[in-house]
Amino acid sequence: MHEISLQPVWLSLELASVTTAVLLVLSTPLAWWLARTRSPLRAPIGALVTLPLVLPPSVLGFYILIALGPHGPLGHFTQAMGWGLLTFSFPGLVIGSVIYSLPFAVQPLQGAFESIGPRPMEVASTLGAKPLDAFFSVVLPLAGPGFFSATVLTFAHTIGEFGVVLMIGGNIPGQTQVVSTEIYTFVEAMEYDSAHFLAGGMLVFSFIVLLALSLTKRRMKGASGVMP
Amino acid sequence: MIVKRSLIAAAVLSVCAGAVCAGEVHVAVAANFTAPAKDLAPIFLKKTGHSLILSFGATGMFYGQIKNGAEYDVLLAADAKTPAKAVKEGYGVEGTNFTYAMGKLVLWSADGAKVKDGAALLKSGSFNKCAVANPKLAPYGLAAYQTLESLKLLQAVQPKFVEGNNIGATFNFVKTGNADVGFVALSQVFKGGKIKSGSGWIVPADLYEPIRQDAVLLKNGRNAEAAKAFLEFLKGPEAAKVKQAYGYGN
Amino acid sequence: MSGCGHVAISLRRSTGFSLDAEFDVPASGVTVLFGPSGCGKTTVLRSIAGLERAQGFVQIAGHVWQDDARRVFEPTHRRRLGYVFQEASLFEHMNVRRNLEYGLKRFKDADGRKRLTQAVELLGISQLLDRSPAQLSGGERQRCAIARSLCVRPSALLLDEPLAALDQARRREIMPWLEQLRRELSIPILYVTHSEEELMRLGDQLVLMRNGSVAAAGPVQEVLSQSGFGSSFGHDVPMLLNGCVREIDSEWKLAAVACAGSMVWVAASAMNVGERVRLSVRASDVTLSLARPQGLSAQNAIPCRVAEIFESQSGPQRLVRLDCSGEPLLALVTSKAIHDLGVRKGMDLWALVKAVSVLG
Repeated sequence: MHEISLQPVWLSLELASVTTAVLLVLSTPLAWWLARTRSPLRAPIGALVTLPLVLPPSVLGFYILIALGPHGPLGHFTQAMGWGLLTFSFPGLVIGSVIYSLPFAVQPLQGAFESIGPRPMEVASTLGAKPLDAFFSVVLPLAGPGFFSATVLTFAHTIGEFGVVLMIGGNIPGQTQVVSTEIYTFVEAMEYDSAHFLAGGMLVFSFIVLLALSLTKRRMKGASGVMP
Repeated sequence: MIVKRSLIAAAVLSVCAGAVCAGEVHVAVAANFTAPAKDLAPIFLKKTGHSLILSFGATGMFYGQIKNGAEYDVLLAADAKTPAKAVKEGYGVEGTNFTYAMGKLVLWSADGAKVKDGAALLKSGSFNKCAVANPKLAPYGLAAYQTLESLKLLQAVQPKFVEGNNIGATFNFVKTGNADVGFVALSQVFKGGKIKSGSGWIVPADLYEPIRQDAVLLKNGRNAEAAKAFLEFLKGPEAAKVKQAYGYGN
Repeated sequence: MSGCGHVAISLRRSTGFSLDAEFDVPASGVTVLFGPSGCGKTTVLRSIAGLERAQGFVQIAGHVWQDDARRVFEPTHRRRLGYVFQEASLFEHMNVRRNLEYGLKRFKDADGRKRLTQAVELLGISQLLDRSPAQLSGGERQRCAIARSLCVRPSALLLDEPLAALDQARRREIMPWLEQLRRELSIPILYVTHSEEELMRLGDQLVLMRNGSVAAAGPVQEVLSQSGFGSSFGHDVPMLLNGCVREIDSEWKLAAVACAGSMVWVAASAMNVGERVRLSVRASDVTLSLARPQGLSAQNAIPCRVAEIFESQSGPQRLVRLDCSGEPLLALVTSKAIHDLGVRKGMDLWALVKAVSVLG
């Protein structure tokens, strides 16, 4: 067996963590708007958010490749900002992962906000809370389970991301060589021992992270289900 | 099975009694040979009356299907390894594998003015990224590494590598402009006898091991006679002309 | 005009629902917004609170919260009001104490702590402070919600059908607390309900609503004794009598209440002499007699004068308004009886009251 580096495992964990953090920040206002608005734009934007689920990942990756390239809208923007092209880079993978996992973050949050309904915010406003205050002090804690789902789903989904990375990654060790594509390469090259080793590593570390998240949730809830 | 075969034979004979018997050849074609294969089909039909049912995809995928009972008549692979393995493992008919096309490597850029003297360009390093296919998985990738080694430029260029997991993905990197240059198959950019867009340097054949694409007759196929006719056709002059127009050697 | 209130609002919804309401809100006491489901009373309350955006003018307890003519609109979180919703709306993720403290933290009044203690005492919830909302009964939750709303030093208390989601037992449990609120608070209370009992037990002012507009507004007795509102009460209108307990007869377990210029005997249940009580008499429980009746089981006979005979709304019966030494009383009698007895406006009669409800 070759000397297999676990670097792809760390890279995948890092990519999943960064993507999850970015998506939680981006998805919260978006999910809130989708849950509460009565604008006619609600349906089309909701459909757009769900679109990454519909497209095969390789197809999605292909269009992100074009968009990030020198002739694409994102590429024009990044070049204008002096950042060059983001293809074949870790930030580029983050962008791809954010698009790929967007519905997995927005939909649990939107569901949580919808089931909470407008009442808690109304109550808070009668008690003197400004809208942002009401959101953070009342809605967010009540939406805890939704945030947990969004976190776990986004993290897991990004760890397994494959088709998009294949299209925009470029397989650069330490930058874009994630564990999912490495395993695939080993399998294609019929180096099964290496594939098993990496797959095992990925499963073990992902399991640890998901278990940690689950325990954190339980501890936060406390015994009676009420925040102290 | 035997009963079924003779029934079919009887039906076929009764349909085309007296006339030339039209057969169907199921061919598994390596993705890179898609365009020339499509061009060959009507020529073959006119010449022999047999039609080609073409499937396109990765050689490895086809082999997996063949092992699991797929009824292709012929495999046109992207390498020489797989047809040899097919014969060894009993799926291919002994003695029928031969090289139907020689792949040619080209250093190509989507920018029409970028590549003039490829070796000099590689030496100068004035490109952002160089796209190559994964050498473990694609013969064109291996050939790219060999070329750079022959030019003694591998260490210099390797830091700028971006690797595609197959030659198709590699080509996408260069075509979309994300990589300034890349080592791709000539057949991907060649049509009607010349490079149809962008700019390229056809890598001299002595810089890398020949990329042999072999064909083999498969045992589990349905129409051995028509299949053999197709393999013969592939070796012939009409096929050679089409292959050359697409940048394949013979 | 400090402490006074006036509401004049209108609202149009795309569903076709439209609202036009105008009425006064006195500086103290309970103003009941009464009407059937869908008449718009909750919308009025929400508009007064600023939870819905209506057009017009809202002034409560001397504070102008909305004045479209001068482009004034206080957002809800700046209005000092207490709002109690129909279903328990305590914050599920906090215990009762933290729920109560929520408003204190936002308004930061100097006497906030004291208000909290007072509210806890007023609603009797000191033993519930460390529990979570899920551990409380419906009535307890509403009492906590009321206490929470009192902590922010509200200029007015708005209650939207607070008992509607409770069963009979819970309603009976919480009613005394509401009556205590009515006695103890000096701020206006706006109370939305479709329950006749809650109106009779708590109401000082009545705003009668129907189909998105105000049918009548004014003191409870006055509105009830006017014509045309029989339909709001199923043609059997209740009348409110205010009285004072004069005598307790422990042998017969009865109490004599002085009201309507006469003595009315009611079941004596936990009453003290000198206590003020509210009585409710349904029009169908009042019989008219030309002479003082003898030998009847109905012992309450009140001398009165016929003030008005209302037009028949439907069926063989008509409402007659009686003046009993200044207090109104309603009787539901057949048109035939009116004809046979020769009942006329200004005539002196005896009103026999068969059943009296003591409201507390």
